[in-house]
Amino acid sequence: MGEAIVITSGKGGVGKTTSSANIGTALTLQGKRVCLVDTDIGLRNLDVIMGLENRIIYDLVDVATGRCKIHQALVKDKRFDDKLYLLPAAQTSDKNAINPDQMRTIIEGLKKEFDYVIIDCPAGIEQGFQNAVAGADQAIVITTPEVSAVRDADRIIGLLEKEPMTPPRLVINRIRSNMVKDGDMLDVDEITNILAIELIGIVADDEEVIKASNHGEPIVMNPNNKASLAYRNIARRILGDSVPLQHLEEENSGIFSKIKKFFGVRS
Amino acid sequence: MVNSHNVTIKGTKDGLLLRLDDTCSFSTLLKDIKETFKTHAHMYDEKHVVHIHLHTGNRYLTEEQVSQIQDVIDPKRNLTIDSVDSNVILKEEAERIIKEKSITLIHNVVRSGQVINTSGDLLLIGDVNPGGMVMASGNVFILGRLKGIAHAGCLGDMSAVICASQMTPTQLRIGDLYRRSPDRDVVPTEAECAFIDDEDDLIIDKLTVLKKVRPNLNCFAEGGILHG
Repeated sequence: MGEAIVITSGKGGVGKTTSSANIGTALTLQGKRVCLVDTDIGLRNLDVIMGLENRIIYDLVDVATGRCKIHQALVKDKRFDDKLYLLPAAQTSDKNAINPDQMRTIIEGLKKEFDYVIIDCPAGIEQGFQNAVAGADQAIVITTPEVSAVRDADRIIGLLEKEPMTPPRLVINRIRSNMVKDGDMLDVDEITNILAIELIGIVADDEEVIKASNHGEPIVMNPNNKASLAYRNIARRILGDSVPLQHLEEENSGIFSKIKKFFGVRS
Repeated sequence: MVNSHNVTIKGTKDGLLLRLDDTCSFSTLLKDIKETFKTHAHMYDEKHVVHIHLHTGNRYLTEEQVSQIQDVIDPKRNLTIDSVDSNVILKEEAERIIKEKSITLIHNVVRSGQVINTSGDLLLIGDVNPGGMVMASGNVFILGRLKGIAHAGCLGDMSAVICASQMTPTQLRIGDLYRRSPDRDVVPTEAECAFIDDEDDLIIDKLTVLKKVRPNLNCFAEGGILHG
């Protein structure tokens, strides 16, 4: 029996879908069987980022309403043998096309066949969020070092704590070491102080991530990138490995600490 | 002093004190009150309003019953029942009082969009994040950082106070006085309290000041027994 992890954030544009794709792929690289589920009905993106758009035949709504069997809707990612699948969202309906009960049934079914089911949650706290959270055993909250994103993450954590699942864990995405250094960006400690949940990853802001997404291949497939390394480490932490989290150092003058701080991002 | 079987009347400087027997039936009591006031009707002139204070001993009177007694004494309300004193109160009332006097302990982070509303005092162990809100009909004590909204005395108690380990709220509300947070350049390092002063201003000050402005804040006294 696998585990279902919902990737959520509240605010849009912080990198839920990119993180879902990368964490899912990273888990696959660790040898796990993974199914990605896109619940952003009407605004599906995960298939694009995974480069699987042109192979979609059926979607989540078709499965929920019984128009097809779940196996017919799953899109196999040929780059990873038989290990990575995508259950795409529908593009023509909206979030109300399915309900949490249907979602729960689908996720339960997938958990029997996969080690991990990664659920990409839409932005917002409405029906789409309720659907995405319904079948999940764990949650990962993505935030960026912006006050608005942290505020929304806080709201989402409050909602997740009411759900019957393990306490949510945090990924801070798109941190820019130079801005943090100058005090222009919230640092990791400030964010974890406010949100008060376990931090399982810090991902640096990197243009390569966008480039990779545009090519339909998640950044984790590139072994020489710092964002890729961050996602791989997150995957290892999900698997229970203890990979040290290198926080950004406290403000210090001196070139050595600045260098240390720069590398500290690569965690 | 005038005496009947179940009713004792006593004159005081505020008016009349009626002691009512608490063992007889209510209908007997009504009858006796009627008798008493009929007998002594000549004692009261109609120009002055006489205030009556009822003491009912171990009997609980409903509002309905009080107005029945009023009608029996004097329907024209020259003699008016001013107050009713009793040794007993309703269970609901007692529970309400206990609730109001008690401290609710919550150990949680109050996150954006969450509202905690308690009657009585609130002791929160944890932060109130921006967008979160805590409300209490009594005082609010926060062992943590107050970054959201705190509302003490939310049913109108203007003497309520708000204390926090770190007072950096979005808004402070005491009673019906709402204030946005002060513009402070530095984050306060020590615990502070907020209260309403004599000029109806909301003041944030050091905790030590609280002893002076709210000397009656102690509710745990004598080995932790609630009183007052």
